[in-house]
Amino acid sequence: MTGSDFGAGRMPWIWFAVAAVALLGLPLVARTDTPALLAIWCLFALSLGLMWGYAGILSFGHAAYYGLGAYTFAVASFNIPDTTVPLLLAIAVPAVVAAVIGAMMFYGRISDVYLGVITLVVTLILNRFMNATAGDAYRIGNARLGGFNGMPAFPTLNVPGDPAAAIYGDGLYYVIAVSLLLAYLLARWILTSDFGRILIGIRENEQRMELLGYNVPAYKTAIFTISAGMAGLAGCFFANYAEIVTPGVFSLGQTAEVLIWVIVGGLGTLIGPILGAVVLGVLKLELGRQQLIDNSLVLGAILILVVLFIPNGFVPFFMQWRRRLARMQAQRRRVGGVRRRRLAMPDAEA
Amino acid sequence: MDYAAVVVLDIVYLIAFLVLISAGLAVVFGMMRVINLAHGEFVMLGGYATISCANHGINIYLAMLVIAPIVVGVIGLVVERLIVRFLYGRMIDTMLATWGLSLLLIGLVTLIFGNTAMSIPAPISGYAIGRFQMGGYNLFIIAITALMVFALWMVLRYTRVGLIARGAMQSPEVVASLGYNPSTVYMLTFTAGAALSGLAGGILAPLTGLLPSVGGIYIAQAFITVITGGAAVIAGTLTAAALFGTVDQLVAFASTPVIGELALLILAIVLLRLMPQGITGRFFRNST
Repeated sequence: MTGSDFGAGRMPWIWFAVAAVALLGLPLVARTDTPALLAIWCLFALSLGLMWGYAGILSFGHAAYYGLGAYTFAVASFNIPDTTVPLLLAIAVPAVVAAVIGAMMFYGRISDVYLGVITLVVTLILNRFMNATAGDAYRIGNARLGGFNGMPAFPTLNVPGDPAAAIYGDGLYYVIAVSLLLAYLLARWILTSDFGRILIGIRENEQRMELLGYNVPAYKTAIFTISAGMAGLAGCFFANYAEIVTPGVFSLGQTAEVLIWVIVGGLGTLIGPILGAVVLGVLKLELGRQQLIDNSLVLGAILILVVLFIPNGFVPFFMQWRRRLARMQAQRRRVGGVRRRRLAMPDAEA
Repeated sequence: MDYAAVVVLDIVYLIAFLVLISAGLAVVFGMMRVINLAHGEFVMLGGYATISCANHGINIYLAMLVIAPIVVGVIGLVVERLIVRFLYGRMIDTMLATWGLSLLLIGLVTLIFGNTAMSIPAPISGYAIGRFQMGGYNLFIIAITALMVFALWMVLRYTRVGLIARGAMQSPEVVASLGYNPSTVYMLTFTAGAALSGLAGGILAPLTGLLPSVGGIYIAQAFITVITGGAAVIAGTLTAAALFGTVDQLVAFASTPVIGELALLILAIVLLRLMPQGITGRFFRNST
């Protein structure tokens, strides 16, 4: 694709350090409500960006795994007092579901478009089902699914081993921020490993990778599973942040939003989806403050314009410009050099 | 006996409903291999056009059968020229751009009409089968859908326009070398698809009521009907709608409507896994 940030290669560790210090130092200077929410969205966008940008798998229903993470945590935390276990379940359950659905799709050699439809339908199934779970009949252990109204008042995260010590406010922010940094490192590590290089190969030419002897469906299923687990963790954090889970986590709007963050930020980069989530997330929160212009109006217009004019997103677009600029400068230097030499030649003769 | 009649009528109605909401999408997907994710919003716009006209005193049948298709057809024409035509051959990008369009249209309609439900009463009253009260308007929908499918089939099969459209679908190069501009053919096909969506929206408006987000209800069902049907526009849509409509209603009668809808969606996933080219990719290959 753009070939700019090919997944492997050098990584500007200095930028990572700066970002880490800024993220972890933030609570010292500002309130953490909004940054916590933005960090959750970043994690969600990162999960889709990893899969879509590097393996070329576009899920039109990534909200399914985000929502599953949220619901899994809520249901499990009603039943297990120490919420460390629900946290792990909130990663494991979406990952297992994704592994099953992914294996079904990838071993069935289903093409891009049908993959989009199936992932979308899975999200819709979950949305319809959760909306219909009002009443006492729908309960898992102590947890009532609650239908359209969702599940409020579940025990939130606590310090591992001590159910009485709840994590909230700045503490929750630190947990989310550290998780985001770790998820980024995990993604970086995947991309520099053989596994990541094979994924990029699959994105570029699936048939060739197959002929080289790689088991393409297995690799695709693996990255789908990892991505779903990451999305599930984001969903779990969202549940803890909002302290309520509703079927809205499975909505079309949720699934469209994350997709737009990723494509606007940039495909084939890790920082693109993160920046996309931050910028568009702030925009969403700001638009939520007024009544005149609807968030979906703005997001829709942005998506159309990006697909038409910068189909790879902003970060690859700017990288391309920087490279072109550097090339032009290099050319100018070379031309200047030649001219100097020519000017120097008569001198040498003289 | 009465109960059996009610069940059968409800199944036929659901099949007609699925065909009606899928027709516009099927024409665009079958002819042009373009998946229009704003299809649900086209249906929604048809509904708003109908209700606005009816509220201004225009005859409701005129509004739903004539004005709604024209309004949405024109919108489709504009969309094709401004957005879709740049993306032919890039299926995923088309899906993304039309999803953006879908959000944009929802936002625009919310801006204009507000986020409140609008409705008009159905112009045909109900009737009774034994002790069951039935909606008379459902029969009207079944009749109109049958008429629409028949007309579509006649146009595609027996007219010159239909011949050119089918030719452009099979091989744009040959059609171009015979002197027809494929770009114009695509433009008109997309417009026709949008008009069919508008018709569906107009006819369904009295039944469902309207919200700016109502398109989301239709899009999933229309989508899976068309994709499962496969490339043949009419045969595919009819077989898929018949299958889904029957399964959905039978399950719904045995349990609840929500379970029926879930059964439909799960069946769709299984079918897509077994037949990625759709039903008409495997059976009835040479149909329209």
